Amino acid sequence: MNTASLLVFDGLLLLSIVGLAWASLATTDVRRSVILFMAFGLVLAVAWGRLLAPDVALAEAAIGAGLSGALLLAAALRQPRPLPPESTPPPRNHGTAGVGVVLRWAVTLLCTALAGTLAWALLHVFSSTPHDMLPGAISANLAASGVSNPVTALLLNFRAYDTLLELAVLLTAVLGIFTLGQANPGYQPAGPVFDGLVRWLVPVLILTAGYLLWVGAHAPGGAFQAGAMLAAAGVVLRLAGQSRIGLPQGFMLRLVMAAGVGLFLLVGFTLLILGRPFLGYPPAWAGTLILMIETAAMLSIATTLVLAFLGGRPEATGVKAAANRQCEQIPRC
Amino acid sequence: MINILSSILILAGVFFYLAGSIGLLRLPDLYSRLHALTKADNLGLGLLIAGVALHSQDLLIMLKLLLIWLAVLAASATSAHLIARQARRQETGS
Repeated sequence: MNTASLLVFDGLLLLSIVGLAWASLATTDVRRSVILFMAFGLVLAVAWGRLLAPDVALAEAAIGAGLSGALLLAAALRQPRPLPPESTPPPRNHGTAGVGVVLRWAVTLLCTALAGTLAWALLHVFSSTPHDMLPGAISANLAASGVSNPVTALLLNFRAYDTLLELAVLLTAVLGIFTLGQANPGYQPAGPVFDGLVRWLVPVLILTAGYLLWVGAHAPGGAFQAGAMLAAAGVVLRLAGQSRIGLPQGFMLRLVMAAGVGLFLLVGFTLLILGRPFLGYPPAWAGTLILMIETAAMLSIATTLVLAFLGGRPEATGVKAAANRQCEQIPRC
Repeated sequence: MINILSSILILAGVFFYLAGSIGLLRLPDLYSRLHALTKADNLGLGLLIAGVALHSQDLLIMLKLLLIWLAVLAASATSAHLIARQARRQETGS
């Protein structure tokens, strides 16, 4: 392909990114805004692909566009739909309207100043330091990392501490979700057409998750993308009206939620006891340890994302819970 | 020769996408819009994928592209059905 046509393509890509972002922010209908946000995420993923960053493109498409879109849509559906324009009350007196305008301009000004400062800082960093330092350091040490995909080496070995903290943030988020109480009972069972799709789509999603996890060692993929795939399977099951949505119950659920952080810490402290630095894997074991941690992290990420989509504690469906529910219905039980 | 053929296929695919998009914007009601969008886009994607697969000349990539097309076919047919059924239910009020 010649450079001129690529330049046109890049220009169109940039225009659609900015246009979709603007449209998503400018619309007053929350649902329309979420749909536009999902389209924005997909185009952004294409842009990451053009920048030769397939790992980020995968994560953006799966988490940024797909699952964040599903989460936002689920949240938007709980909001009452805004009244149609003709039935909205007329604007209140001019005093408050004036304050609103001033506030809006102040926020716009502040945001512009912040964006300008960030752009200046980025430019400063790019012009003052040689930006091939990090790739050089990674490729020099890649052989000792246990994997051949530099992104996985960075996330799970050289900067494993950062990834541990990210998983801790996810765990904190899921604890917050649990405090919201029991989740809504869910949707009605799917009709035959949707059910037919679910029956083969969910196994394919689980298979894809396993593939992404395994392939992350030497090609784009890894725990976050695989976790997003697994969570997508959960979201599809939830939409199809399955009550269990593939989540374990009780103690097992808590175990899976904490597995990523737990195994990370276990490996880190074991290495510390053995006289190595925290999360400083011995090169001979690095590949195995990374795969183990990534598997646990994938399960935790998927569980967190599904629970976020549920928006609360999953309904218990065991024998005991069923007995409890029956007891609630029969007063003298 | 193969390049020309794959270009023709891709251009035909783009034409169907264009037709589907115009249909989405111009047709009067939800059902005809769905009809235009899913039918034209599925065919457009099929032609596009056939063109790209021919261009790649790699069996593994061809298989992956075929899988993508089949997945999109199933997903778009199902979502079109769900949207149409929901709209019908709201219309008949049941």
